[in-house]
Amino acid sequence: MSKIEIRGIYKIFGRHEKACLEAVQGGMSKDELLGKNGHTLGLRDISLSIEAGSIYVIMGLSGSGKSTLIRHFNRLIEPTAGQILVDGQDVMALGPRELEQFRQRTMSMVFQRFGLFPHRNVLDNAAYGLQVQGMPKAEREAKARHWLEQVGLTGFEKQYPRQLSGGMQQRVGLARALATDADILLMDEAFSALDPLIRREMQDQLLALQAKLNKTIVFITHDLDEALRLGNRIAILKDGELVQEGAPEDILLNPANDYVQAFLQDVNRGKVLTASHALSERKALTLTTRTAPARALERLQERAFDYAPVLDGRNLRGVLTQSAAQRALAAGGRDISAYLDDVASVPASTGLDEVLGQLLREPQPVAVTGDDGEFVGWLSRKKVVQLVSPALDSAA
Amino acid sequence: MFPESFTFSIADWVNDWVDKLVTNYGDVFRHISDTLLWAIVKLEGLLRVAPWWLLLAIVGLIAWHATRKIITTVVIVGLLFLVGAVGLWDKLMQTLALMLVATLISVIIGIPLGILSARSNRLRSVLMPLLDIMQTMPSFVYLIPVVMLFGLGKIPAIIATVIYAVPPVIRLTELGIRLVDEDVLEASRAFGANPRQQLFGVQLPLALPNIMAGINQTTMMALSMVVVASMIGARGLGQEVLLGINRLEVGRGLLAGLAIVALAIMFDRITQAYGQRQQGVQQ
Repeated sequence: MSKIEIRGIYKIFGRHEKACLEAVQGGMSKDELLGKNGHTLGLRDISLSIEAGSIYVIMGLSGSGKSTLIRHFNRLIEPTAGQILVDGQDVMALGPRELEQFRQRTMSMVFQRFGLFPHRNVLDNAAYGLQVQGMPKAEREAKARHWLEQVGLTGFEKQYPRQLSGGMQQRVGLARALATDADILLMDEAFSALDPLIRREMQDQLLALQAKLNKTIVFITHDLDEALRLGNRIAILKDGELVQEGAPEDILLNPANDYVQAFLQDVNRGKVLTASHALSERKALTLTTRTAPARALERLQERAFDYAPVLDGRNLRGVLTQSAAQRALAAGGRDISAYLDDVASVPASTGLDEVLGQLLREPQPVAVTGDDGEFVGWLSRKKVVQLVSPALDSAA
Repeated sequence: MFPESFTFSIADWVNDWVDKLVTNYGDVFRHISDTLLWAIVKLEGLLRVAPWWLLLAIVGLIAWHATRKIITTVVIVGLLFLVGAVGLWDKLMQTLALMLVATLISVIIGIPLGILSARSNRLRSVLMPLLDIMQTMPSFVYLIPVVMLFGLGKIPAIIATVIYAVPPVIRLTELGIRLVDEDVLEASRAFGANPRQQLFGVQLPLALPNIMAGINQTTMMALSMVVVASMIGARGLGQEVLLGINRLEVGRGLLAGLAIVALAIMFDRITQAYGQRQQGVQQ
């Protein structure tokens, strides 16, 4: 079951939002609504389903409704119509007290402009959520210290937010959000106000923390590079409507329309796409170091392959060519382990621009390996070229 | 000439209304005024009985705590010493008691009203013109009904002072709360703070520099009412000024006037310093 489920969310800004709802549901456009009724359409029929433990990125240009949407999750903004379910619980049905409880325990939030309390020091800022919950001072300060340490701010407890740089302020914001132990983290353009180097650093830190904590993160950004780097899934909004939703590579490889295409134009594909996207579709024949030469040769000839990867357990050991197999057979060896050739390999997470360099230097086939060195598949030269330069491909 | 047939008067109606108020609710007002009188008499008694050097020391400590400047502290204490030296210590204490009570009442009324009007645009649209009227209406106009309701003496003086002095603290409390950064308030809501936690944890602390500026203005305006208050029987420095005018004793009036200025400087420096300190923490 998905962690967060929203269904048919509409948001109209104005005095008579309910009255305009029907017209909008009937298909009235954003401009028409503004011209005729003086109301602004914030969101139109948004439905999303967010899996537990994933980073879900909502992306769009400014004015696309992404910040409005994220504020619906904890009802900082009330929808005009629609349903919000968290862990199967209907958030719209919560009374004021229950909603406060829900915000204290279930979701915490990080803001674009940090939203730190200028009159509280770093420690008190980080402990704010716990203080609101009514946790005793000693306990909440210990917890806040722990999370400040996690984000690398030990020693800054007594400083005030204005004394810190932007990056450090946002670390305080992150510590404050993590300190409440909420399952869900809402991040509203959390890194957009930071300069590129710091942003990168914060992204890395978030990914490292996420690997440990396994939270459900909803991340808003206007930066596609950031979206592709962080997101397990990405939703793209335009003028309050959902344009496309899917895994990062789906969006990159099959943009739904020109708007998404335009978004993708400036993306450095070589950095975003990795070796795992360019695997050869050919079903690989794998041998093990214990395979007998005769059996290995038979299987190679069966499929008319010149070579096959040889594994030791799950790890790649090398490659066996047909000629080596014949030599092994002639020498009467018990297995093929002594007749292997070295093979070039790249980790699956390597960016394609790096892979491309390696392909140019290496005429031999290149294997792709997983995190623990296990064999994943062969790299397809054709695919690498296609992915890195789709324009070239379509021109050809 | 304005045509006679268009004229009308509400004067009689107002007279009747005040008369009825006095007849029907006189006891209630008497009760309020007795309680208030008890408090102010106690405070005045305390200030007048306390040794002069102790009071100067207390003022010095407060001034030092607020300003952290030796020169300012010495000047404030020195000025009050001079007031005592010219024989106005007792009057100074009477005026001080009146001021403190009037300011305290203004703050007790003003801050909650400011908070409420920051929350409700409707209340604000009613309250703001009312405050304008309170500040521009000549004070003698409401002195008359107040004297009718409460009699002569300290109580009507305090009420007249509060009416005149309460608007700044209301206005600046409201302004301060409305100026609180929306992002910061949203953050507190996102973490599940209830309205009370939002008010006391975020809005009031962040509005404090403005609220202090309001209290500063209120004390200044209360001081400017001292002479008027003395006309309806409040004793103290104002009475001295009045006597000076009546008897054409310019020196006497001037001395008392300067003593009021000394009191003003003390209140102004101390409240301003507290306000600025709050601002310093935030920026």
